[in-house]
This record gives sequence, C-alpha cells and structure tokens, in this order.
Amino acid sequence: MEKFLSVTGLAAPMPAANVDTDVIMPKVFLKGIDRSGLARGLFHDLRFDAQGGTRTDFILNRAPMQNVRFLLTGPNFGCGSSREHAVWGLLQYGIRALIGSTFAGIFADNAANNGLLLVTLGDDERARLARAVGPDGTEITVDLATQTVTCGGLCLDFGIEPSRRQALMEGRDKIATTLQMKERIRDFEAAYFAEAPWLARGGEA
Amino acid sequence: MRSRTLYDKIIDRHKIQALDDRAGPGSQLLLYVDRTVLNEYTSPQAFTGLRDAGRGVWRAEAALGVVDHVNSTAPDRGASVGDADAQRQIAYFAENGRDFGIEMFDVLDPRQGIEHVVLPELGWVLPGLVIAAGDSHTATYGAFGTVGFGIGTSDIEHLLATQTVTYTRLKTMRVRVVGDLPLGVTAKDLVMALIRKIGADGAAGHALEFVGEAIGALDVEGRMTICNMSVECGARVALMAPDDKVFDYIAGRSRAPSTEMLERAKPVWRALASDPDAVFDREVDLCAGEIAPMVTWGTSPDQSGAIDDAVPDPACLPADRRGDAARALDYMGLEPGTRYEDIAIDRAFIGSCTNARLDDLRAAARILRGRSVAPGVRAMVSPGSSSVRRAAEAEGLDRAFIEAGFEWRQSGCSMCLAMNDDVLAPGERCASSTNRNFEGRQGSGGRTHLMSPAMVAAAAVTGRLADVRALATREM
Repeated sequence: MEKFLSVTGLAAPMPAANVDTDVIMPKVFLKGIDRSGLARGLFHDLRFDAQGGTRTDFILNRAPMQNVRFLLTGPNFGCGSSREHAVWGLLQYGIRALIGSTFAGIFADNAANNGLLLVTLGDDERARLARAVGPDGTEITVDLATQTVTCGGLCLDFGIEPSRRQALMEGRDKIATTLQMKERIRDFEAAYFAEAPWLARGGEA
Repeated sequence: MRSRTLYDKIIDRHKIQALDDRAGPGSQLLLYVDRTVLNEYTSPQAFTGLRDAGRGVWRAEAALGVVDHVNSTAPDRGASVGDADAQRQIAYFAENGRDFGIEMFDVLDPRQGIEHVVLPELGWVLPGLVIAAGDSHTATYGAFGTVGFGIGTSDIEHLLATQTVTYTRLKTMRVRVVGDLPLGVTAKDLVMALIRKIGADGAAGHALEFVGEAIGALDVEGRMTICNMSVECGARVALMAPDDKVFDYIAGRSRAPSTEMLERAKPVWRALASDPDAVFDREVDLCAGEIAPMVTWGTSPDQSGAIDDAVPDPACLPADRRGDAARALDYMGLEPGTRYEDIAIDRAFIGSCTNARLDDLRAAARILRGRSVAPGVRAMVSPGSSSVRRAAEAEGLDRAFIEAGFEWRQSGCSMCLAMNDDVLAPGERCASSTNRNFEGRQGSGGRTHLMSPAMVAAAAVTGRLADVRALATREM
C-alpha cells in the first residue's frame, strides 16, 4: 500500500451523519473479482442522477473538486456493510485522508489496511477547520509525521494510534509481519486444541 | 483474578500475544480466530492476494464458503444462473475452494443459504469461539456466546494466511432488558427499539452484552436476530451468555460435536458468563414491556417509531439530527405527521440473515393464513437457507405463503442488499424484514421500511404499514 507522509490538496466538506458504505460504493460496483474500476462507483448515486446526468449540486462535482484529496466527514462515516470496495473506491478516486469525528469500526480497519488515513478531531477543532475550509472546499495539508492538519493560518494537532501511524508511514505488509510470529501461533494452537478437544476434527459426530 | 466480562474472557482466551504495551480497550493484540465463513463477493480479492504473494491457507478446515449474495432466488434453481458478473464471482469462488482446499457450498448444494443462517444450522457455531468473517452481520453468532465480528477483504486474506487477525480490544456495554415482551412484539422490535434509543453509532467501539428476563425467554433464533442487528447501532460484537437452550440447539446437528464431546464441553460453556461484579464501560436499560411493533421512517436504522405513531417533524428533533431527518423524509417521499398506518406499500419482502429462519416464516404464515396480499402489492419470501426452505415446506408454510399471494423463492441475501435481480424500482416502497434502510440499499431510489416478518405479512395483506396486533388476536 502507498505510504502516507505529508499530502497537500483540496479538501471538500461532506458533513452528513451516518454516510454508509452502500452510499459510498453502491452494490452494482461490487461484482468484480479484483479491486479495479471502483473510482467510477464512488458516491455514484450522489454524483449522478437516474439518467446518468451529473448532479451539479454535489460537492465533488463542482470545479475544482475533481482533484479532491480530503473529505471533512460527519459522525459514523462508513457505517453498514463490511465491503472494502468503499475504501478502494475512495483511494482510486484520489482521496488520501478523511477528517471527521467518528468512523465505523470495520471501515476504519479497512482504511488502515489500505493506507487511507482517518483523522479524528474534537468538536471545536472540527468546527474551526470547517470554517477555514468553507462550504466550497479549499487546499489543506495533512502531515502524519508532525500529526497536523494545516489550512491557511490554522494548524491543528491530531492523535492517532501509534501502530496505525507507523504502518501508514511505512506502508508495510501486515501478513508478513504476522507470519514472523508463526511459531507462536503454532504453539498457541497446540495448547488450545488440547484443552478443547470438541473443536478438533475428531470431535465431530 | 479480577472480575471480567464475557467479552473479555473470550478475547483473553484467544489472545496469542500483545502487540503494544497497553491494556484494556484500545489495546492491540494478535487474536486467534477459530472459524470463518466466506462469500463470493468479499473474498475474491483476498484469494488473489494469496495467489500473488505465493501464500497458502493456514487451516483450510477452519473455513467454509457459501454462495449467497449474488445468486438468483428464482424458484427454478437450475434455470437461473444470474448475470455474467455473478457467474464469474461464483466460478472464481469455486476455483478458490478447489485450489486452497476449502469446502464450498455452491448454489445447487442442498446446504446452501445465507452464511449466517447456514453456520448455526450446521452446528458449527459453538459457545466461546471467535468467528471473524467478511460480512458485518457476523455478530449474529453472539447468540451462542461466540465473539463474531465482520472484517474487510484485507483482513480475510490475513486470516486465511495466519488464522489470526490483529485486533483492537473493544469497550463493553451491557444492555439490560427488564420485563417481558408484550404479545405481538418480537426480538426484531426489541433490537429496533434499542437502535432508536442509542442511535446508529450508539454502540460504536463497543461489544454489547444482552442480559435480562426477556433475553432468556427468547429462543435461539430470536436471540440471533438481536445480535445480528446490533451491528446497526454501531456494535462490532454482540453477546449473550449461552444457556441450555443454546446447548439443545447445537446437539444433534450435522457438524456438532459428538454427544460425548458435548458433555465434556458443557461445564466449560456454562462458565461463559460475565462475573457478577464485572464492570462494563457503559450500561443501558430497556423495558421490554414498553416496546411496541416498530417500523422505520427514514434512511438510517435509528430513524424509527412504534407502528401506532406518526412520521416525526424534523423541526421537533434534536438540532444535530434535523438536517439528516429532512433529507431522509425527502428521499422516502413522506410528510411529517403522516400516520405510519396510512403509508401504502408496493412491495413486501421477507428474507435476510436477520429474519428468515423457520420461526420467522411461521410467524408470518400465521398472519397470512386465510388472507390475501393486497391488490397492487408484490410480495416475496426468500427463506434463510435451503434447509429452512425444506423444513418450511415439510410443515406446509409454503402453501400459506403461496395461497396468500407471496412468491416462494429460493434462498440467498436477495433483496436485503439487492446484489442479484431482486431489486426495487426507483420510488417503490417496501415493507421489509431486513436490517438496513439505507438510501438505494434495495435498489437505486427504492424506499425501505424495516420491521419484523409478521409486520411485513400484516403490511402485505393490508396494502399499508399495519399493526400486527390488530390482525393477530386470533392467531396469537
């Protein structure tokens, strides 16, 4: 996955609560067997009407938001289905970080596994950033090394779980890291199944 | 040893090692996963990842695959194969099963069904396990005292390669349900009332544990409904301490442990409960006696009310909910103040991993006997699994549905998320026994009202949202 160090680009406000993964990536884009082609599906029903026409009132359809890099999101963003396609679509569209209050659990794990940075700010800080970004969006910088969001003269600090930060900055392969512990996993399994023989294959009727 | 919650006991038992120097909620650990179930739409990229990296599957017998999301539910199973994309996903799924040695139930397998219906009915979900799977409703297994949680495709790949996930320990929330559910009020209404009370993110970051008389009084299927739909208030995990009803449910099923092994397991399983003085991060109380049959009016599962009430006025809601409520009513085509019972429907759907088990079908059939689906309403039922379908046919439930005017379909996720051809047309309004009323969930522009299966049956025969209690005095 792509490393996240410092990114500068346009930020767009999307403050609605409970934006679910069905809205982020509608079902018609879930029928592939690879990860490709999902930028087209991102927020599809918000971007396009039933006839395929562009909805000019949607923030991402307004110039110059075709080059958006960040979204300022509302509470519980990414709720609903576990579909990782939502995160793949955001990244393929060019979005590198979401800045909001809370993110749904599975969505947050998916984001971490793909290098999409989620920044959580307090209510007061989010309000200040929203004012600085304005209703039409503007350029900001998100720096993971210094853990800051900068917009004009405004500079906000953010916290992030240290292992998540390190993984994002290194872009590392999580499976390879876990497989370094394979002896521990094998030892665990041996003891575990000895204590719970009804879980072993022979335990079945 | 300090007092612990049921959740922490199960996590501690599966902890291979800490991944940071913290303790308690938020700490990272390497977690052993007992079992997983795979489906055809969230797993393909995980298998491709394994292939690309030249990795194998750690423990193939710990995984089972079921085709459920994209398959057709047309009555003639052999004749309907779905569109080209669905066929490709199903074909790649089968290929992955063959190449990695994982057992897969294809569409024609008599054990096929919705993954969260299939696993319990096989007797494969046992108390005290950790089951992670690529579907948010994996929380269903909490009804057995199992920590079940949904994961994305990258974590499916990690799980297949290592039999583990890197896990962040959750906070805990106890939901105490006091009193008994009134006549005509179901497990679905209970969990919908909870979601309304605490909000769509009310349990975010928490593992729920349900306790109380009303929970103990429910059968295992009703408990699954509650744990399943707890996901819609943000819970990643929902748990109930297992009891004799759970042990009896498991015994004798095709993949359950042998009788001898069950007797060895039971003392261990009986200890799967929170210690009496265990401390939860949050406590919520719910009075079962005050719950009425519920329906949703909006596009988030917490936008709901009792059937004898009316669509709320956004201006009367808390300030931070008004904008979303107004937008939801616009999408739903509803005016504030409209009585729920005056809302006419076009479609009725009974199905999904939340509410399509045998007892759900029985409850709906009780309402349908001697009645007919209202003119202009298209009604469908998709049993939770092929086994549920056969069991329902054995006791004549199919006749009750068909004679009332329902389509008696095959099993699959069907119109819960409409990945196959069971889809609402734009503007169509559906009474649905499913779990999500999101915009476009059942079809672009479709309007979903969530409710219990008996309430869907009542709506189908009335042609409007209806109070099942007014129809069911005779039957209950």
